[in-house]
Amino acid sequence: MIGIHMLAVMLLITIGFSAVIFRKSLVKMVMGIGVIGSGVNLFLVSLGYREGGIAPIFTGASTELMVLPTPQALTLTSIVISLAVTAMMLSFAMIMHSKYGSADSRERRLRA
Amino acid sequence: MSVMELISANAPALAIAVPLAAAFAVPLVARAGGKARNAWALLSFLVTEFIVLTLGMQVLSAGTVVYTLGASVPSLTSPDGFPIRIILQVDAMSAFMAMISATIATLVCIYSLKFMSKRTGLEKYYALLLVMAAGMIGLVTTGDLFSMFVFLELLSVSSGALIAMYAKGESAEAAFKYMAVSSVGALMVLFAAGMLYAQYNALNLAQLASAIQFTTIDKIALVLLFAAFAMKCGAVPLHMWVSDSYGEAPAPVTAALVVASQAGLYSLFRISFTLFGAVPATELLGWAMIALGTVSMFVGVTMALPQKDIKRLMAYHAVSQTGYMLLGVGVGLAVLTNPAAMAAFGFDAMRGGLFHVVNHALYKGLLFLTAGAVIYRVGTKDLNKMGGLAHSMPLTTIFFIIGALSIAGLPPFNGFASKLMIYESVFLFSPVLSVIAMLVSILTLASFVKVFHSAFMGPKDEKLAKAGEVPAAMWIAMGIMAVAIVLFGLFPDVVIDAVITPAANALIGQAAYIGGV
Amino acid sequence: MSDDGMSVIVKNVAAVLVVPALIFGFYVILHGHLTPGGGFPGGAVLATAVAMLAVAFGAAGTKRMKRKDMLSSVESLGLLMFAALAFMGLQVTFFNNFLANSGMPFGMAIPFGPNPGYMLSAGVMPLMNLAVGIEVFAALSVIIIVMAGHGEDGK
Repeated sequence: MIGIHMLAVMLLITIGFSAVIFRKSLVKMVMGIGVIGSGVNLFLVSLGYREGGIAPIFTGASTELMVLPTPQALTLTSIVISLAVTAMMLSFAMIMHSKYGSADSRERRLRA
Repeated sequence: MSVMELISANAPALAIAVPLAAAFAVPLVARAGGKARNAWALLSFLVTEFIVLTLGMQVLSAGTVVYTLGASVPSLTSPDGFPIRIILQVDAMSAFMAMISATIATLVCIYSLKFMSKRTGLEKYYALLLVMAAGMIGLVTTGDLFSMFVFLELLSVSSGALIAMYAKGESAEAAFKYMAVSSVGALMVLFAAGMLYAQYNALNLAQLASAIQFTTIDKIALVLLFAAFAMKCGAVPLHMWVSDSYGEAPAPVTAALVVASQAGLYSLFRISFTLFGAVPATELLGWAMIALGTVSMFVGVTMALPQKDIKRLMAYHAVSQTGYMLLGVGVGLAVLTNPAAMAAFGFDAMRGGLFHVVNHALYKGLLFLTAGAVIYRVGTKDLNKMGGLAHSMPLTTIFFIIGALSIAGLPPFNGFASKLMIYESVFLFSPVLSVIAMLVSILTLASFVKVFHSAFMGPKDEKLAKAGEVPAAMWIAMGIMAVAIVLFGLFPDVVIDAVITPAANALIGQAAYIGGV
Repeated sequence: MSDDGMSVIVKNVAAVLVVPALIFGFYVILHGHLTPGGGFPGGAVLATAVAMLAVAFGAAGTKRMKRKDMLSSVESLGLLMFAALAFMGLQVTFFNNFLANSGMPFGMAIPFGPNPGYMLSAGVMPLMNLAVGIEVFAALSVIIIVMAGHGEDGK
């Protein structure tokens, strides 16, 4: 039985992909890539879940049953990388807006 | 411990750490002036080259080198029976790719000393070039799947920034397209890594390779990884970003981007041969690679013929040549489980494909650098506006002829050696593919004749004749590449026996990779 | 002067709230080895202080925050501190935690399992957290200042 978190991951990735493919504004494409990133991050964090576990921090912990911390480290790295990629793509969109006059992907000048 | 012992004991980690630390220091060194920054960049590239060559010689003489980051001894990978910590595993194939990356990056730096000298913001340019070199070397030497994702993103972000650095509208558009495609591909790699981690509770490539059974989730992960790395190396039908980014980037950056795409090709081979090497579907995977390769060869060269922009034309040829490499190694993958066929032609096909990797890096790099030299002197990229440059730029003309004859596969240059190996072995596998490969070679020669005629032949144009030969740093870098092309073409056996055969054996021998950890 | 950026109330409250934001950011960085957080989230919290100022004072006010060169140098220093700490373990292996479980500062040895949290433990990690936090703060601040100061003149 697919849990609710896997359904949420599939939904987020589908929404993100459809934003990248079907939207014409550059900023909406960047937002779509961000949504795909959120979906993959949710997938990674939910992989570590164990029934009845608490957050994997030893400081002031009440029991020893904890969820897995390794996927959380992977997710943190992925969030940092998505931040850098989003910042770069938005700055490219800003340059295109100032040189082309609009942030619409139909104004592209590089044809095959 | 002396410095030399320190370097040879920690070579895998230093090969990634030295360019990164040098990149961090470039903005501070640049406050002391332009010459200090140039000297620092050149020095750090030469030190990286030295470390990578030391690592290469260690691997080729002593076998696979394993390095665990942060353990009490570098080779202590599994203190409790299963591997922990980040492990760098350098076998012959990794060392081969690392040597290519470091060498081409160093030559690009030498070329940039003069090509970029009139532009501003150069400390960011050299810092990004060093980060790109660290990303390439890291991608080919790492031993676990998540580090592959991290280094892949490092490579994509730094090369995307370099493409758009001297921004007109078109280069920002090309970089936007490149970043969109690369980040979606890298997120697919992360998704597949998560799936494999959920199944087998391990991210280390050797551990996964020994534990993999071919369940449905593994099949989905395989498809995602294959598609993502095929997107990174520019195979058709995922090739749309190649022409834009190679065409709009400054010329030395394009030469480095070629090697970056080949690092993606390495990752494709690594997951097909080593990670999924023992599953029953290798023949199907091999045929998929052969199909991608053949279509890339054909589509690449036919889209190159009508181009008017010199760098876009060469970019489509890069797609076409990637097809040759995929074809050669794909034939080896398809017959991986058939020892008789492997000994007859599969091993030679793989060696041809891998030899084509280093040849392509050399002659494609040389061609892009000569295109850069022409653009530096003439000021335009349009072939219709150039002409008669052979009179005023003799050295560049000779280098262009060497590069063009090499890509078309004429003796005595290195393109002929690797293409002959591919034709012979693929003919024994399936004659139709070999005929298509030879046809593509002829069309490649045709398009380069067109470029040569437009740019270099013809009467001396008075406006362009004022442009002289290019400065010394630029033709030294091009000259080193040209000499290497001629030497590899005249003595291919030396290179093949020393470097290529161990690399092909390392790819086929999955058990040796698993046993290293 | 008062019609670029937001109103006077917002500007004053933002100026007052910068201090608790910075303190909270440093708290998250320094306790990274004990509680959730660490280098990157702490640096991001520090950068939100700069973002708050950029939003409250508008594009013209942000252009007057001419601190990009100093922040660039701070970023390089943070990165070099991180690389130096990694290289210092090179006698054993790269990235080795040479300060953990030894007698030097940050080297207190603690038993495994839930504990009330000791600040001076975990070796090299709090120092690396500090380096990463400074670097992330500087980098994100430069990005925010450049993007917010872009303005309508398209420069």
